[in-house]
Amino acid sequence: MSALPLLQVRDLKVHFPVRGGGLFPTTIPLKAVDGVSFDLAPGETLGIVGESGCGKSTLGRAVLQLLPATAGAVAWFGEDLTKLDKHALKARRRDMQIVFQDPLASLDPRMTAGDIIAEPLRNYHPEFSSADRKARVAKMMEQVGLHPAMINRYPHEFSGGQCQRIGIARAMILGPKLVVCDEPVSALDVSIRAQVVNLLMDLQRATGVAMLFISHDLAVVRHISHRVMVLYLGRVMELADRDSLYRAPRHPYTQSLMSAVPIPDPAKERARTRALLTGDLPSPLYPPSGCVFRTRCPKATEICSDVVPPRESAGPQHEVACHHWRD
Amino acid sequence: MQSVLDIKNLTVRFATADGEVAAVSDVSLSVGKGECLGIVGESGSGKSQTFMAAMGLLARNGRATGEVMFGYMNLLTAKEQTLNTVRGNKLAMIFQDPMTSLTPHMKVGRQLTEVLVRHCGLNAAAARTAAIEMLGRVRIPEAARRFDMYPHELSGGLRQRVMIAMALLCGPELIIADEPTTALDVTVQAQILALIRSTREEFNTSIILITHDLGVVAGLADRVAVMYAGRIVEIGDVDQIFNAPRHPYTKGLLACTPRLDDPATATLATIPGQPPNLQHLPRGCAYHPRCPYVMDRCRVESPKLLPTGAGQNACFLDDLDVRAAS
Repeated sequence: MSALPLLQVRDLKVHFPVRGGGLFPTTIPLKAVDGVSFDLAPGETLGIVGESGCGKSTLGRAVLQLLPATAGAVAWFGEDLTKLDKHALKARRRDMQIVFQDPLASLDPRMTAGDIIAEPLRNYHPEFSSADRKARVAKMMEQVGLHPAMINRYPHEFSGGQCQRIGIARAMILGPKLVVCDEPVSALDVSIRAQVVNLLMDLQRATGVAMLFISHDLAVVRHISHRVMVLYLGRVMELADRDSLYRAPRHPYTQSLMSAVPIPDPAKERARTRALLTGDLPSPLYPPSGCVFRTRCPKATEICSDVVPPRESAGPQHEVACHHWRD
Repeated sequence: MQSVLDIKNLTVRFATADGEVAAVSDVSLSVGKGECLGIVGESGSGKSQTFMAAMGLLARNGRATGEVMFGYMNLLTAKEQTLNTVRGNKLAMIFQDPMTSLTPHMKVGRQLTEVLVRHCGLNAAAARTAAIEMLGRVRIPEAARRFDMYPHELSGGLRQRVMIAMALLCGPELIIADEPTTALDVTVQAQILALIRSTREEFNTSIILITHDLGVVAGLADRVAVMYAGRIVEIGDVDQIFNAPRHPYTKGLLACTPRLDDPATATLATIPGQPPNLQHLPRGCAYHPRCPYVMDRCRVESPKLLPTGAGQNACFLDDLDVRAAS
């Protein structure tokens, strides 16, 4: 991996104003993403995991400037995207794409598969002839495992897995440098999920595209990622090299996430003792003071409610935000 | 083992604009007292419709044939009125989405006491006490306060606990849980699975657990049935299914599931192709277009579910094994 990061996200915050209740309602910020920093190298996959409401999708969208950042910077090859005007941003967008969770809902039902995949080409390369465009679309379809003969079919004629392949083809046709994959396999059946995960990894090997892979599925993330970032209530709990994180998770939240994932092996399941978390996620409108995880943390002490834990190095390529990770 | 539910040759057909579709074909299975049977399959495998039919909850265009015996009652032929005396009483169901299966405009308490008043003949005060006690038993904190809340005021995990409490109220003999944790986060899923496990031990209730998640089944079920294209392709003891699967589809499913306890490999194993369209099922074995062991016979003949060792398997490969052994 080269020295200059593709993406440098620094202290990124995305707050949504929410009207409070009561007689004289005030506006409260919902801190969906609250001070997230990370780097992404070209050709690298960073997995972003966390439970619903942890801000992982918001983060993905804010990186692509699909949502305005409240504060912080997103540097794309050193240039801050949050400062660019619309026109300049459009030029950069050529290199950043997104794949959504719901494969059917993210495709226009009135466009054919061919038109959907060709749309980015039309936007960025109006000079291409229609024959040229069609040839590129057919080639792309083959690359994602769709038969080019299906070019004139509509989304409803495809299965969920095939629709996701169309979405991936649309994202890849311009040869982007970054693709944000927002839960791309969560809506798919088990046997199809593995196909799509392999497809994404093959495309990365062939084109060198970098990926932010957002998912709640720890096993899939482990498979596809080089590094993994664990989010909770909009903050980074742990950020580490894939093997280091899964071999020795340091943060109590990461540890309880991993112990909660069921393993398809009856003997292992019976033998397992789980560190069960109690309670539910607190409301992101009123996050706990200090460490946001402390209300569910088995290790929480007084310091956790007073001081926000800084991100500390817990080994090479391993950062953790916890006062007690050494215990 | 004494069985609680006996399904024999159940077939479910739906009348659609494009003709009749068989969502479930010739399914037979039984659940013993206190047993947990896992039903595994992908979307469209018929795993939910099998039990919607058993509960008399099919959509209007659906028709079920065969026999579903619950005690001495055939649920398929019983009148609506008779069905209502067992549903929610001796036979309870937990659905995937606790938000849409609770009535949004009715307080949680009222939805719980309704069951008790109707089926157990309690008066309002006794029902309230019993319901609050049950909310406590499914570990809902501040049960008395939650009793007077509306479903939207509860989190997803709490709502699923309310559903479980509701299912347990009348001391059911059998609970059918259809993807009970699919809509929940992993840490909440672990809590709910632990709750199902402990209620099973406490109440000795039989459970049918319908899910696509092999991990969930491994931790809870005694026996597992694997469904594909409306049929059971393999059924057996949980250890046998996971450690020595016989049907190629079961093997494929296990191989393509990424797991946290395995060393990460470069590429995941896959099952090629996609689940079949029920309207245009392939001839012979429905799995044959995706099966790595396909033989000529599989393309024309549909294999029957036959006993093999401890379980049952629907695959012609077993015939070869038997012949090779003899």
